[in-house]
Amino acid sequence: MPTIQDIAAYAEASAQKLGVTKYDVYGSSVDETSVQVDKGDPKQVKASNRSSVIVRVWNDQGKVGVTSTSDVDPTGMDLALESARDASAFGVADHIPDFSPEATAPTAEVDLPPVDPAPVGDLIQRLVALEKQLLEAHPAIASVPYNGLAQRSIDRFYLNSAGALRQEARSYASVYLYSKTEQEGRKPRSAGAVRVNRGLPLLDLEGCLKEAADKTISHLNYDKIASGKYRVVFSGEAFLSLLGAFSNLYNAQSILDHRSLSTPDSLGTVVASDLLSVYDDALHPENISAETFDGEGTPTRRVPILEKGVLTHFLHSAGTAKRMGASPTGHASIGAKVSVGPSYYHVLPGTEAKSEFSLENAGNVILIDDLQALHAGVNSLQGSFSLPFDGWLINQGERVSVESATVAGDFRDLLKAIIHVEPHVEITPEGLCPRIWVDSLSITGEQ
Amino acid sequence: MTVAPSLTPLLKTNDLLSREYGATRNRFDLSWEPTLAALLGLGRSAGADFVEFFLERSNYISGQAEDDAITSISPRIITGAGVRVFLGKADCYVSTNDLSFQGLKSALDKALGIMGLTLPGPAANISDINLELLRDYASARSKDEWLATCSSMQEMGDVLLAANAALAKNASHVQSRRAVYFRDWQEVLVAASDGTFARDIRLTQSVGYNLLCADGEHRSSIGQRAGDTSNPAFLREWDYETVAQSVGESAGKMLYADYVESGSYPVIMANQFGGVIFHEACGHLLETTQIERGTTPFIDKKGEKIAHENLTAWDEGLSPDAFGTIDMDDEGMPAQRTLLIENGILRNFLSDRAGSMRTGHPRTGSGRRQGYTYAAASRMRNTYIAPGDYSLDELFASVDKGIYCKKMGGGSVGATGQFNFGVDEAYLIENGKITKPLKGATLIGEATEIMNKISMCSNDLGLAAGFCGSISGSVYVTVGQPHLTVDAITVGGR
Repeated sequence: MPTIQDIAAYAEASAQKLGVTKYDVYGSSVDETSVQVDKGDPKQVKASNRSSVIVRVWNDQGKVGVTSTSDVDPTGMDLALESARDASAFGVADHIPDFSPEATAPTAEVDLPPVDPAPVGDLIQRLVALEKQLLEAHPAIASVPYNGLAQRSIDRFYLNSAGALRQEARSYASVYLYSKTEQEGRKPRSAGAVRVNRGLPLLDLEGCLKEAADKTISHLNYDKIASGKYRVVFSGEAFLSLLGAFSNLYNAQSILDHRSLSTPDSLGTVVASDLLSVYDDALHPENISAETFDGEGTPTRRVPILEKGVLTHFLHSAGTAKRMGASPTGHASIGAKVSVGPSYYHVLPGTEAKSEFSLENAGNVILIDDLQALHAGVNSLQGSFSLPFDGWLINQGERVSVESATVAGDFRDLLKAIIHVEPHVEITPEGLCPRIWVDSLSITGEQ
Repeated sequence: MTVAPSLTPLLKTNDLLSREYGATRNRFDLSWEPTLAALLGLGRSAGADFVEFFLERSNYISGQAEDDAITSISPRIITGAGVRVFLGKADCYVSTNDLSFQGLKSALDKALGIMGLTLPGPAANISDINLELLRDYASARSKDEWLATCSSMQEMGDVLLAANAALAKNASHVQSRRAVYFRDWQEVLVAASDGTFARDIRLTQSVGYNLLCADGEHRSSIGQRAGDTSNPAFLREWDYETVAQSVGESAGKMLYADYVESGSYPVIMANQFGGVIFHEACGHLLETTQIERGTTPFIDKKGEKIAHENLTAWDEGLSPDAFGTIDMDDEGMPAQRTLLIENGILRNFLSDRAGSMRTGHPRTGSGRRQGYTYAAASRMRNTYIAPGDYSLDELFASVDKGIYCKKMGGGSVGATGQFNFGVDEAYLIENGKITKPLKGATLIGEATEIMNKISMCSNDLGLAAGFCGSISGSVYVTVGQPHLTVDAITVGGR
């Protein structure tokens, strides 16, 4: 595979050949391996080594065209720049994207040295052992139908014709275990757990195993639930998945596109209980995939989104920031249309809680561990959601798994109905978030 | 006089590695035969039981009009290959962007290494792989000209802008209008150590609307897409005026809709995209991938009744132009028409090569993948419930109080057979008549139970384009059904 310097040289040569004077390139090279096992044997092992780039070309009228390609040799780059130049004839005439004003600004120093990939044999051996231990954790656990151990090395870069050149290397490893039970006369139950870190030696395999086993076993004692309004406690992971599904609330591009629950005037308004604060913090020390620059080369940073329930900042690209008189926040991905997205959430209590809440002595409370099918059950433009979930009905500390049910409501109402944000955060792949207590949500149990 | 038969030369590793391989870069044709046959021979000689190469070139473009401007034209050019090596029932898949002989050999070497095998030494004897004559569906069905005759960027922009203007005329309280289109041209070549050697070109196009309307706190959003797999003129023939009228009308009706009250209801599912219920609740559970994992309740039910006796269902890759139609699957096998359920009896599963090897169910031409970074897996193509004998009026007349699900959203099925899907456009049925629009509904249930509750099918089978995400990535599929009645289903709402 060509190096980033090779790709930069190819791009420059292609641009000269085509008479292109302004361009930028974002790309990555990925080397990954993953394994799955089935009843003690490797089932499928996958490996991949691939590169891809996206190039933007500005034409004589200043309009932008884009092309992405996996052909990163000189011929492929020629074709990509040529195609992008052709597409530039159809580029937008208003609010034309430009280089980020911060594309050469200093980026944060982070200490995330890549970890060398482990031999595939080690991955298989570890996963086989985990599967065996999970099957032995309880007689009812009959299979681990979904499992995987993967590792990935990524080199990513951004460069432009004005001399910006950034690159960084990261490594990741992940494990997931999802087990299923079978008991005579009972419905099958399932649950799982995930862990991520920078490499196999750092991965909390035991923690993943224990969580998967404990959760699966906890769902063996299940019952139907009566439909009605309940006090609901979201796990950190569940709340973050819901927050992410409604990220148009604070996504500047969505707001400018009129495809958001917010408007430019929403800044400074109360959108949630004052018990809630939300930050996006790509550089948080717990973020093992911390990226120091976004797709436009803008340095990433900690951005307060909600502070004590007040909407304080939007997430921006260079273009949305310019249009809204703000600074870029390092949340852009380049494309024919630059998009904006969150990096790593940090949710924490806003104002100090006035009441004490504890699952140990709460009555008739539903703890939602995992929300499912967000792609189907969320209408982010209407604000509504209706989602199946894994969880438990809790009475004075006693947990009974909910057999099959959905939780429904309006996300804006939910934010205002928060009655407690627990002090201790859960660390998840999407960010840090404590349990969030919400009053009076609709639960529908299967009849 | 008799003539002694002449032997073909017996090959050593060095003979293969010292050859010049001149495969073309811009077309997958016969020039790839020496390269792939040599690599397959090396793989088999290393001890692999089966080796398969999948080569892909794709030329993709998408466009989007927002309100009255083109805001995105996005081309993407992809080249890549994957090699799959089987040893017993275990397999390994390695993908790469490098389609040179050395690049492919390196991928093969890596795959063999993962399986504990090594490329044969320089003087080792090599098993010849005699590939079949190239089965070239692209040439045989005149697909080579497809890409050149598709809409140009200019035409794409013009159509999308005109379509968005039509939507403005047909909708009120518009907050955002989008017309979107993509064209996915893909050339694939499959060569395997059992002699498979096949080429195809696929042309998948989709165009549609996404409309958001708002009036104060009231909001509605309606999306609608159409898809095609073989008509280069698809975009220029798109009847956007009619579609704009339908989308605008739906958004208007849903703008002030009440939220559905949760509970258990009889439901009439509309035809076309209503078929997502069968896709999610049953189709996925008939893929051998699910049998391998033990995540389908139908694992040992072949020949048994798993659905209402009024239900018959098919999966096939043959319907002209349908979104899931393929001449061959991604393992080089010609597509089939597969009877899944006949009058409630489970007849067949959908199987790819690995699924067949591991479960014993015969291959059905269902080995599909998003692209070269995925190994093929058993996936659906055009999947639908066959039409029944009832009229639509009879279906409605059978419901005293229920819900008409006119437009479905997406859905999914879990490891225990529980399914769910959202409803984008729904109406209350009272005494056999539609009375008012409803929003916010989610349908949930158990696959094994719901299939026995589909009691009436009308005679108006309709198909719709869809996207299905699963183990081998996102693939284009058709869902379909006639209007049908589900006797009772749990509806999640407020």
